[in-house]
Amino acid sequence: MTEPPDIQFFQQALDPAAAVARVTGPQAGGIVTFLGITRAETDPRQGVLVALDYTAYEEMALAELRKLAEAAAVRWPVRGLVIWHRLGTVAVGQPSVMIAVSCPHRGEAFDCCEFVIDELKKLAPIWKKEIYENNARWQAERESPIG
Amino acid sequence: MEHFSVTVRVRLFAMMAAGNSGNETLELQLPDGATVAGARQELVRLRPQLKWPVKTMVAVNMEYAGEQTPLHDRDEVAIIPPVSGG
Repeated sequence: MTEPPDIQFFQQALDPAAAVARVTGPQAGGIVTFLGITRAETDPRQGVLVALDYTAYEEMALAELRKLAEAAAVRWPVRGLVIWHRLGTVAVGQPSVMIAVSCPHRGEAFDCCEFVIDELKKLAPIWKKEIYENNARWQAERESPIG
Repeated sequence: MEHFSVTVRVRLFAMMAAGNSGNETLELQLPDGATVAGARQELVRLRPQLKWPVKTMVAVNMEYAGEQTPLHDRDEVAIIPPVSGG
């Protein structure tokens, strides 16, 4: 990797233009970005989704994401990599995660970006709480039975 | 007589943390030769009301770890319920 990966948590809004600038350079023929956005939802009982509230085991998440960046750099000729994730409250329509990857060619950058967001979602110890107008719940309470 | 010489820091997150912060720290006293499985049993004994989502993982010193992983004094043991970042 030409530049060390930029891996951070933010309490404030993410700046996509700043992420793109961070991975732009003369060797970066293709830049691919991914933005994950809090999507509007309506639950029959909980009402309208207002926001997501993110918490993380920050030190371990940063360590996992650094390992992920190293794995990506082994597979693709990564010139620049940004992995930014929000903590705290992210309103509907706002970004919670931003990935920016630059490689010499676009195909590499597309594949690498997809790998990074997929692995982040599998491995990084980060959790979202769904804030509905009538209630709030951690996402795993919906997706898996409690045992 | 069992000798409880292993003190570990336990981190609880998200729906497993007490209160509303999503983040809680406590200490466990464990016997010599303790493993992740032993820490889990002690936590269940101390917090019988704690609900463990299926597929909950454990990390020792910020590395995902198996049930037989040995624990040492002052290790940090994190209970990782299913993650939902992104």
